[in-house]
Amino acid sequence: MSWVIDAQGLGKRYGRRWALNDCDLQIPSGHVVGLVGPNGAGKTTLLHLAVGLLAPSSGTIAVLGRPPAADPDQLARVGFVAQDTPTYARLTVADHLRFGAQMNSGWDDELATHRITELELGLDQSAGSLSGGQRAQLALTLAVAKRPQLLILDEPVASLDPLARREFLQSLMEFVAEGEVSVVLSSHLVADLERVCDYLIVLVDSRLQLAGEVDDLLASHRRLVGPRRDPASLPSGQAIIDESHTDRQSTLLVRCDGPVLDPAWAVEELSLEDIVLAYMGHARTTRRAGGRQGLEVLS
Amino acid sequence: MIEFHLDSRSGVSPYLQIVQQVRQALRVGVLREGDQLPTVKEVVGQLAINPNTVLKAYRELEHEGLASARPGVGTFVTGSLGAESIAAQGPLRQALQRWIVKARRAGLDDESIEALFRDSFRSAAEEDIA
Repeated sequence: MSWVIDAQGLGKRYGRRWALNDCDLQIPSGHVVGLVGPNGAGKTTLLHLAVGLLAPSSGTIAVLGRPPAADPDQLARVGFVAQDTPTYARLTVADHLRFGAQMNSGWDDELATHRITELELGLDQSAGSLSGGQRAQLALTLAVAKRPQLLILDEPVASLDPLARREFLQSLMEFVAEGEVSVVLSSHLVADLERVCDYLIVLVDSRLQLAGEVDDLLASHRRLVGPRRDPASLPSGQAIIDESHTDRQSTLLVRCDGPVLDPAWAVEELSLEDIVLAYMGHARTTRRAGGRQGLEVLS
Repeated sequence: MIEFHLDSRSGVSPYLQIVQQVRQALRVGVLREGDQLPTVKEVVGQLAINPNTVLKAYRELEHEGLASARPGVGTFVTGSLGAESIAAQGPLRQALQRWIVKARRAGLDDESIEALFRDSFRSAAEEDIA
């Protein structure tokens, strides 16, 4: 198995605060990976470690089997679009393309020009005069035209209006459909990523909470509603992620390794958002309880 | 060629919605044997969804014998659903449309019309069994 990102005990510390702590993560290739978590959870730190903008304080990380940003060859294999899709305001679109061509040995000029034409961007327009959506598309063009094997995008749609967001994700998915590329993109909103990602990572309070293929996550989590009962009486194949009780009723969100057979429960399927929110709540509860947070990795 | 659309509130997974829309198009004759389905790139460019979702839907249709992939060309419809009844559908559709106009004139709203249709459908099905 080849991993696009392989992290072992990965951590990054600023002074006494860990921005990312003890992260074990192995992402298989060929996926569109959604990295979700609240603001300040450590998403950007993890992505910056993956592209080599940061060095780990502890543990190791390999990207496409090699240390991040080890040499020009490794830099060419990874495309990165930083938060808020930065461009150079005073440079024209054509300047950006020339810059991209000079900096990247594998630059695909045909792809870049084709995309710019499709987006109806003028080559002599300065980036500063573009709308937010157009700037994001220009940044994406630069990243894909270097034909990376792994494309990393940090909150690419956070500052875009709904239409620009949709158009950006359409462009991104078209690029994914064209060939062998893995994508990791972050968002604090799972709704942004629900349709596009087929692998999900949840990061809360600098710790990894959940990682796995979306289909597996949806198949292995259920909401159980029934008469009040002691959660300790659940069978061993069912782990509680979230629970709430009234004097008569219990509502549990469980991870189960098989079908729920107990007829006392009404069993409901969950959306990806339900699952993510449950793990975020779970992280908060365990932190309050002072315990070490559990990590669930499905592979 | 048909275009897919997704209802994000339906609770039905996106891949299944695509499968259902192809089946629906086959039933009403919008798609026929030999027609090409949109390419994966076309679908993801329109719906902004993961390409694997489309591939999964097309694999399911292949599994059901309704479509087959020609490498490098695209995915084509190879089966049919209720093809022999398509000829009969025109007059039936017209009769149904006349009935809907009548129901509206009688003061029924859309929800009542649907409920009445479902209820009649169910009792007809029960009579068939009995």
